[in-house]
Amino acid sequence: MTAFLGRRLVESLIVLLVMSFVVYGLIGLMPGDPIDLMVTADPHLTPADLVRLKALYGLDQPLLERYWNWLTAALGGDLGYSRLFALPVEAILLPRLANTLTLMGLAFAAAALIALPGAMLAARRPGGLADGAVNLAAFAGISLPPFWLAILLIMLFAVALGWLPAGGMGSGSLASTARHLALPVLALTLASVGGHLRYLRASLIEALRADHIRTARAKGLSEPQVIWRHALRNALIPYVTILALDFGTLFSGALITETIFGWLGMGKTIYDAIMGNDYNLALVGLLLATTTVLLANLLADLAYAWLDPRVSYR
Amino acid sequence: MSGGPIQERAPLLAAEAAGAAVPGGSPAAAFRRRFLRHPLAVGALALLLLIAAASAGEPLVEQWLGFGAEQIDLLARSAPPSAAHPLGTDELGRDLLLRLLRGGRVSLGVGFAAALVAATIGTVVGLVAGYLGGRVDALLMRLVDSVIALPLLPLLIVMAAVDLTKLGIPQSVADSGSASLWRIVLLVALVGWTTTARLVRGTVLSLKAREYVRAAEALGAGPLRILRRHILPNALSPVIVATTLSVGNVILIESVLSFLGLGIQPPLPSWGNMLTGAQETIWSAPMLAVWPGLAIFVTVIAANFLGDGLQDALDPRTDRR
Repeated sequence: MTAFLGRRLVESLIVLLVMSFVVYGLIGLMPGDPIDLMVTADPHLTPADLVRLKALYGLDQPLLERYWNWLTAALGGDLGYSRLFALPVEAILLPRLANTLTLMGLAFAAAALIALPGAMLAARRPGGLADGAVNLAAFAGISLPPFWLAILLIMLFAVALGWLPAGGMGSGSLASTARHLALPVLALTLASVGGHLRYLRASLIEALRADHIRTARAKGLSEPQVIWRHALRNALIPYVTILALDFGTLFSGALITETIFGWLGMGKTIYDAIMGNDYNLALVGLLLATTTVLLANLLADLAYAWLDPRVSYR
Repeated sequence: MSGGPIQERAPLLAAEAAGAAVPGGSPAAAFRRRFLRHPLAVGALALLLLIAAASAGEPLVEQWLGFGAEQIDLLARSAPPSAAHPLGTDELGRDLLLRLLRGGRVSLGVGFAAALVAATIGTVVGLVAGYLGGRVDALLMRLVDSVIALPLLPLLIVMAAVDLTKLGIPQSVADSGSASLWRIVLLVALVGWTTTARLVRGTVLSLKAREYVRAAEALGAGPLRILRRHILPNALSPVIVATTLSVGNVILIESVLSFLGLGIQPPLPSWGNMLTGAQETIWSAPMLAVWPGLAIFVTVIAANFLGDGLQDALDPRTDRR
């Protein structure tokens, strides 16, 4: 177990390292460079100043050397500053990571709570009427463009009914935050519930085929008892694993939701940073997002072992 | 699936239509029988063909309406549906129906092209990983796992924002419309190849242990010949299914990137970028936000139903009833 965990940790670190190099290289290919931006901001700068500034920021060195300098500084705890906010990037990113995790956690829980009864209904008679309806709903869910769904929700709840704010963070009080969270959470829930339904339905049907289910039915247990006590536990194992591995997709969905509703999370921050040429913020934000996703995957592996004692890790 | 066997099996199909159950039959007949059992998939195929035909026939609709897709009518901005404009006009006074059809050409074209590129990458990776096995397999599958695990949308946004001239591509090429089309095709394909790679690898793993492949090996056939002549044809079913299912996914990703302003660039319309301004106009012209999204939704759900039906029809193991 420890050996397995160690190997997975090393693998995750390698992926993170490769990602950091690729993203660092990509960021260098973005339009405009920081020195040009300074020139536009201050027309008094002379060409000599430019050379001096480039040397000061190390921009005259080759890519590999710059990357190495950045990496050693980052590992030493110096992640640099954001151009847009004039703050250390971690001071901006950490509260926003909390906002994103709140949004994702609530949407994940809501989607699971909808999927559970839906999948149970469908799995009772595969191919039946209820199964067809659940299947149709699941297909509709995964085929909805998430940003369009968000716009439709704004049209219904903010424009037509006027019940909820169309976006923003609120004043900070609990009631206001809840009102501002309602639509983003609903949008992200509906965008991910299709996947939940499909996975849970499939693994529940698979679990109900097992021999011990036949035994349970034969000894006279009621159908709810069969499902709750005997099938659901086994069905949850693949479901939880797949969903945790799908964390990256959920993060992508959160980016869209946050951008449309103006919810200050990681996704919106990365998007705004790229659009506003704040490359250091974008770089660290992307790496923080990747780290979060890799950690979730690692947790999924552990949860798998915890839920299923038969799994042994070499 | 050649056309020949269908002809030969015509009497059998007729017998089937009369209610007789025909177990087996030729592969093509079996495929048709299984596919036709999915009314949703058949309907989805018809719907996709209809959308594609309507998008391709956009110039004809322009002639019929006597109005160009780029033509601006400042006196009829955000106009409601009328005889002149069946779906009304957008915020600049352009005909919405024509914009939708032209956007369909872009979105469908990019979707199919990216799905094909993704399927090609995935098939090659899957064939190599499955056939060579060992370290190559382990490395490639780790790569697949990593790509699946990454938060792809933010990464795509960074890649979509890259300045092509800094890659040594001349300014004139980088600014052309086709460069933005090809960039989005390649970007989306970078995301979509993993499912195909996994499916093909799994199929190859089971195929390469079969007697006929080992016989070919014993007769001295090289790895390339075996892959091309003996394994690939039998691994095509998962490729077709994965490609169909990825068309929907690819269209979704393209629409998201275009919506965020990083995909297809206006004035070239795509269903995604037609929704970019919709958030501002939902108070004054809500239908502008409804139609393009509906087009994406219908196309994607049809592609998904079609893929699902094909999966059942092509894979004999999923005989459910």
